[in-house]
Amino acid sequence: MSQSDSSQSISREVSRRVFADEFNTASYTFKESDDERAPVYLLLPTGEQANRVFFVGTLTEKEDVGEDSEWWRGRIVDPTGTFFVYAGQYQPEAASALRELEPPAYVAVVGKPRTYETDEGEINVSIRPESITEVSAATRDQWVVETAERTIDRISRFDDEANEYARMAKEQYGDDVSAYKQTAITALESLESTDELGGPVDGDAETAEPVDTNPKP
Amino acid sequence: MTDLRTHAAEITAQFSDHLDITEDEVETKLQQLVSEYKVPIDEARRSVTNSYLSDAGIERDEISRGGSERVQVNDIDADEQWVDLTVKLVDLWEPRSDSISQVGLLGDESGTIKFVSFATSELDELEEGTNYELSNVVTDEYQGRYSVKLNRTTTITEIDDEIEVGDNAETIEGALVDVQSGSGLIKRCPKEGCTRVLQNGRCAEHGEVDGEFDLRIKAVIDDGADVHDVIFNREATEELTGIELEEAKQLAMDALDTTVVADEIRTDILGRYYSVTGPTLGRYVLANEFSELTGPADPEAVLIKARSI
Repeated sequence: MSQSDSSQSISREVSRRVFADEFNTASYTFKESDDERAPVYLLLPTGEQANRVFFVGTLTEKEDVGEDSEWWRGRIVDPTGTFFVYAGQYQPEAASALRELEPPAYVAVVGKPRTYETDEGEINVSIRPESITEVSAATRDQWVVETAERTIDRISRFDDEANEYARMAKEQYGDDVSAYKQTAITALESLESTDELGGPVDGDAETAEPVDTNPKP
Repeated sequence: MTDLRTHAAEITAQFSDHLDITEDEVETKLQQLVSEYKVPIDEARRSVTNSYLSDAGIERDEISRGGSERVQVNDIDADEQWVDLTVKLVDLWEPRSDSISQVGLLGDESGTIKFVSFATSELDELEEGTNYELSNVVTDEYQGRYSVKLNRTTTITEIDDEIEVGDNAETIEGALVDVQSGSGLIKRCPKEGCTRVLQNGRCAEHGEVDGEFDLRIKAVIDDGADVHDVIFNREATEELTGIELEEAKQLAMDALDTTVVADEIRTDILGRYYSVTGPTLGRYVLANEFSELTGPADPEAVLIKARSI
């Protein structure tokens, strides 16, 4: 039986779970092959490659910063920092979601990391969203727990000899990952102090929805 | 038995059909490499095995491996593993080549898997509905789907136990990160037994037809480590989204556009966490049972883990 290069065999990139503080510290991007269309990966400081991310946070601000056409910028806050998302005409679904959402609101975002260099020569990282949907506080809490766990898993693999992305991360960002462990713990502790129903955090009372088990009554 | 003796016995057994060798002489050869030449035992075993292979004029895959593992068919997840199976022959298909003596589907409690038996292996033919112990079959992978190959070292033993064949059910959990094209309100070919999804009113097999409306979702569920394609059929889609087929048709009619249904579905389910259980069909998990994971999230276990590293 011969192997074929059918598109089905190209596997979809997994959506990494990463808190805003770690995501925003990342700046180094790379490809695994010379092919022009090969996927670009952002190297996470805890030693993982990310071509796609999934996160849930509070949309606190949105603004159309476009000149000729719509170009929406959203600030989405998690327990550790702020994600910046940009969506324009080539992300019609995400752009229309940003147009219609009223902050503050809990949103789930699937998207691709993008880096750009500022005039000062700093590398900034943002997200080009594939989708943005409004979700409940319970979903947001689940994401925090899941992301803490994934972060801890990456940290516990950080010193494995065979972990090539950890080796790359040490070269690019240094070998001290204790800060990410600390923010993961702080994020988890922030959940413990909220009420048992996964309700509002830090006074975002107006965004808290009841746990929604049946989204379409 | 010493370690060397065990290895010698295994090697002797592997070549029993091909060479007239004794455990003693195999052990002597191993002994020489290990004690005189300080070769690690694995390497010594490899070297001795290779020299017997060339004596016998056969290839490595023609001898049996010691210690093939007993597995269930749905647990097979690697290429070129030697395994033992206890299975029922569920279905025989028409071989598409003269080199294949039998091809079909084997099943056990965990599910089903394709098997191939080659004419050159000269094995006894298997019969549909019969239960067997198969020792020394090799796993194979093609585009993410696994099968097993019977070979000349495979032993086939008919057994009396009746095996209940399972449906390869799998449970996955994660965030729903994509609703793919071909989701929502679709039209299927109405021809008997076809059910293909129409593209612009055309069936790939029957051309232009008057399609029948249906609902389905092709979704991607991702837990941050693995990605799964999931299909929700009409019933599952209605339960998941609360949008019934009639309502979906009405939505599409009002908007003069069927894509509004998929848009509505996206808003309802993207970004939420789900648990889905169902049989696997190629790369898809069919969502027979599912629930939204609505917490409350429990940070305790992860906190303990975090503080321990």
